[in-house]
Amino acid sequence: MGTLTQAQVAELAEYLENSELEAKDATKITDRFPEMDFDDAYDIQFEIRRRKQARGNKIIGLKVGLTSRAKMKQMGVETPVYGFLADYFDRPDGGEIETDQLIHPKVEAELAFVTKAPLKGPGCHIGNVLAATDFVIPAVEVIDSRYENFRFDLISVIADNASSSRFVLGGQMADPADVDMRTLGVVMEKNGQVVELGAGAAVLGHPAASVALLANMLGERGEEIPAGTLILTGGITAAVAMEKGDCLNVRYQGLGSVGMRFV
Amino acid sequence: MLNEQRINELGDELYQALSQRQMIDPLTEREPQITIEDAYHISLRMVNRRVENGESIIGKKIGVTSQAVQNMLNVHQPDFGYLTDRMVYGNGDEMPISEQLIQPRAEGEIAFMLKRDLIGPGVSNADVLRATEAVIPCFEIVDSRIRDWKIKIQDTVADNASCGLFVLGDKAVDPRKVDLATAGMVVEKNGELLSTGAGAAALGSPVNCVAWLANTLGSFGIPLKAGEVILSGSLVPLEPVVAGDFMRVEIGGIGSASVRFT
Repeated sequence: MGTLTQAQVAELAEYLENSELEAKDATKITDRFPEMDFDDAYDIQFEIRRRKQARGNKIIGLKVGLTSRAKMKQMGVETPVYGFLADYFDRPDGGEIETDQLIHPKVEAELAFVTKAPLKGPGCHIGNVLAATDFVIPAVEVIDSRYENFRFDLISVIADNASSSRFVLGGQMADPADVDMRTLGVVMEKNGQVVELGAGAAVLGHPAASVALLANMLGERGEEIPAGTLILTGGITAAVAMEKGDCLNVRYQGLGSVGMRFV
Repeated sequence: MLNEQRINELGDELYQALSQRQMIDPLTEREPQITIEDAYHISLRMVNRRVENGESIIGKKIGVTSQAVQNMLNVHQPDFGYLTDRMVYGNGDEMPISEQLIQPRAEGEIAFMLKRDLIGPGVSNADVLRATEAVIPCFEIVDSRIRDWKIKIQDTVADNASCGLFVLGDKAVDPRKVDLATAGMVVEKNGELLSTGAGAAALGSPVNCVAWLANTLGSFGIPLKAGEVILSGSLVPLEPVVAGDFMRVEIGGIGSASVRFT
């Protein structure tokens, strides 16, 4: 429905985007606007997206968050959330993540999809997703909620572009027909120690289900997932906090590894 | 250190508890000076009683392989127990836990079938892989004869590493065909996703666990023998189960196993 005026949406978008760009924490926006709903939240997110595009940034992909049952339960929600990925979020495998540009980054191991055909909801299912997938590739997402002390609710998170900030893709892709994404194992090592483990099923039972859900959620706003879109499907592992000096390596069954250093 | 007579008494007491499905008080409360080595002698006494009663030893299990369980028990090493022919069930079988076990918990594991003997010390991961005929998906249903699972490391070692029953899946895969450290595990209970994990949850790799066992037993002059099955340790948190539950485990690149509890 939406309860905010266009001016309020623009103001909140500017506030949250500045918080991201200046790496300065923000206060939960629902404190000021307790009546805000999901439509308002996505309106703010799309306004942040528009601001970036107007500034010359390209939107190169989408992400789905809160895809694990444990996380949904923890947040008291029934559905995951989505956000967008801008060109400058991309960092190379084996490269550096500049912590000065972030507030309190955490990392999640994910499986990313790249599409070769558009996907449009409602009615999108896992079969459509697999047919429209060019390849899957391992990814680490660096999330960075802009809210101070991670004090937020679902609506605030959506407005904050689902905490998107950086991502790193691995070097080995695979045809979706050649991998069992449900049982694909992931081992996350921080500074050489195993900290998190999991398998693809941790993401809504199957990572492709996350893409189908994304297409259906976007469909509600009349949007589609264009061909060639990169999609981060959600954390297979819990999010792990990283600090300057930390080193991360994640191994993916049959798909090599992804690494980075926080500097 | 306990004397031989006390070791035999405690082994007999645990055997009795096992046969009659009764819980006993933790040994560590009654014998505060009990060592881990004493506990292994008690475990051996208990399994010898089973062998006298017609059971045969078909392999070993490795326990306490996850960081979480090691932290809980405040130890930095795994433990082991003996597997007998009466513990094993087939894929999809009904397992009568309400008749046989006391306080069962299920864990998903990778089982190793050996085709060569492994004699420690000096067994490397390469030796383990060379000696492995196949890896098989497995559910181990652990159980404790110690009241309310109030175990310290000596209690679980003495109690045959809390071994209960186990199920082997119906697919055996050449270890050359799968990366056991990253092999993913998905466990479902009553049709719902319960947990996921990967091979590295057990000491960094299930292969490390088997090498540890071969080297540890080697120091006592005991070999792992060709034909034995070795359960390499849980890759997911333990889950309490009751009659009526159905569980399924699937391991990436290996296969699946399921069990119905009655």
